[in-house]
Amino acid sequence: MDIRQTLKDQYRIEPLMINTKNKEESYLTVKHADFIPTCLALHKLCHSPVMLMFAEDKRETRSCYRLNTAFYASGKQHWYYVCLDFPAGDQDFPSLAKEIYSASLFEREIWEMFGIRPEGSPDLRKLRLHEEVWPENSFPLRKDFKAGEIAGSTGKDYSFIKGEGEGLFEVPVGPVHAGIIGPGHFRFSAAGEPIINLEIRLGFTHRGVEKMLEGKDLTSGVKISECVAGDSAFAHSWAFCQAAEKLLDISPSPKAILIRALFLELERLYNHVNDIGGIAMDVGFTFASAFASIMKENIQQLNASLSGSRFLKGINLIGGVSKNIAASQKDMLHAKLNSFSSDLDELEKILFENASFMNRVENTGILWKKTAEDIGIIGLAGRASGIAFDLRQFIEPYQGAGFTPITRDSGDVLARLNVRILESKQSLHLIAAFLEKIKTGDLSVTPFVPKEGFAAGAVEGWRGPVIYWLKLNSNGKIERCKIVDASFHNWEGLAYAVKGEIIPDFPLCNKSFDLSYPGNDL
Amino acid sequence: MSIFTIIKNRLAKGIVDIDLAGEIKQANILGRELRSVIDRKFKGSFNIRQVDTGSCGACLSEIIAAANPIYDLQRFGVNIVASPKHADALLVTGPVSRNMALALKKTYAATPGDKFVISIGDCALDGGIFKDSYYTLGGVDKVLKVDLHIPGCPPTPLVIIRYLLAFLRS
Repeated sequence: MDIRQTLKDQYRIEPLMINTKNKEESYLTVKHADFIPTCLALHKLCHSPVMLMFAEDKRETRSCYRLNTAFYASGKQHWYYVCLDFPAGDQDFPSLAKEIYSASLFEREIWEMFGIRPEGSPDLRKLRLHEEVWPENSFPLRKDFKAGEIAGSTGKDYSFIKGEGEGLFEVPVGPVHAGIIGPGHFRFSAAGEPIINLEIRLGFTHRGVEKMLEGKDLTSGVKISECVAGDSAFAHSWAFCQAAEKLLDISPSPKAILIRALFLELERLYNHVNDIGGIAMDVGFTFASAFASIMKENIQQLNASLSGSRFLKGINLIGGVSKNIAASQKDMLHAKLNSFSSDLDELEKILFENASFMNRVENTGILWKKTAEDIGIIGLAGRASGIAFDLRQFIEPYQGAGFTPITRDSGDVLARLNVRILESKQSLHLIAAFLEKIKTGDLSVTPFVPKEGFAAGAVEGWRGPVIYWLKLNSNGKIERCKIVDASFHNWEGLAYAVKGEIIPDFPLCNKSFDLSYPGNDL
Repeated sequence: MSIFTIIKNRLAKGIVDIDLAGEIKQANILGRELRSVIDRKFKGSFNIRQVDTGSCGACLSEIIAAANPIYDLQRFGVNIVASPKHADALLVTGPVSRNMALALKKTYAATPGDKFVISIGDCALDGGIFKDSYYTLGGVDKVLKVDLHIPGCPPTPLVIIRYLLAFLRS
């Protein structure tokens, strides 16, 4: 579709400017009054939730804030950004959340980080800068923000959504949990055993990553991106590098891309098997869980022998990779993955032949496709609810290896478990296919020259899309970097999936999503 | 194939392949010594409660790995417990996000009697890569007195076991 024509013919909208940056990104600057209609049009035309939404502080150069809202047209692999400039004095933009739910968290984030208000938003509570410890009127992502001394306590409190009625009670859980897991607070409203409502309060691992990136050079940026979410270090650093490479117009060699794809699948493998074990653990099936943890350890040892890092850190560079897969390593890799493959078959049997295990996972924690689409669930959790969207289906080397997304329709814990098992098997095939193709070639492009500009990178990590939007200033330093991990979209899905379930099934539902705390909190 | 057949096959085959065997041997040597120290000084068990204050999750993953069947920390008398009320030591990860400072203090207060604080990972030492952020306090010792620090980004399970041993011996 020609977007200008379609918007004009079908919606009578004429953007002020359409800037097609590269073959994957278009930026549509719109008038204030056209902002909501354009977003709604793209939401519909692209069948896409709000994939990312963020502000830029351009007061110094243009006396305005810019708001960018992105939709992804998966059919044509194109990102559409709706850009709205509004004068710094106004500090209000029309809230999109009333129309498109998936904008809601992004708007709350913009409000707390920039102090610009989504006019008419139904919910303006803080996400990450907790009321208890952070003063009002201090907005970290404004360019003139000074950290300074911040008081330890503000005396304020967060207001949870309260369920009220006879026999209803609240169960507060966290931020310190019983397991070895990140911090988050879960507030259950329950009537007897069943959960009436769950409110998830996150932000406990907020480290101010986006602000920290400002002013840094690209090489430090890669290092930081690896520490946003440790279990997705590779997906995050690839997305960051991809954004930088698009911005600088450099293309890594086909060999470098193959090596990246191979490591991305290794990351998926060790995490998927960890979650398969985790689901078994949370129904008390320790034999299967112990078995899976040995499999995870095997892959992490393999990671270490290939890259020096059990978490695949230090591989991605701007322009390519630092680690080679030598011909001599291929046999070892094949042998390891074959043994992993037969272990996986056994693990599957151990789980699926156990009636009491199946009884716990089947029909538990259902997230229906309609709900998932309405709230904008993406990635693995979306696929388990029947949304056939996977960024890998559009890119090389995946297309060449015959990749198709794996989906299930039932949306329950079993569906998410099945998608993990099938994707693990698929990853094994993909790695074998990539190994065939890795021949001689450059690992990385010669030194890059930073320049001004902006671009986005998106990689399908094991939880779902990891998106980095990057802008460099005229000195080649980072001006703004927006990070979105799939977890940010999907936590809300967990809150819906547990409604009506009993509290003892919460850990099981939670593990079946296994969302990232640090990836969400940034 | 029934679960018993699978277990039987596994026992015949052994659960580890060659590379892991080396790791297990190392863990065993370290562990035997750890066991005797814990028997002597802590009447057989040393209980740890883990608190995350904003790590990227890699340290957590390695603590979990230290308790997996390969390293199997528990067999040496080190247990990871669900409540600070059962703990001899807190094992703290992360650069201490402002949002976690109070929870960390409360967890410490809930831990009984003579207790140790062990910080783990480069962020927990001084904030690490997140040192200059507006939202981190820059290390666990800004909030609690730290008795042992285990360095690494993240430290591997063997490093964790090694440091615990050296600490408990002293």
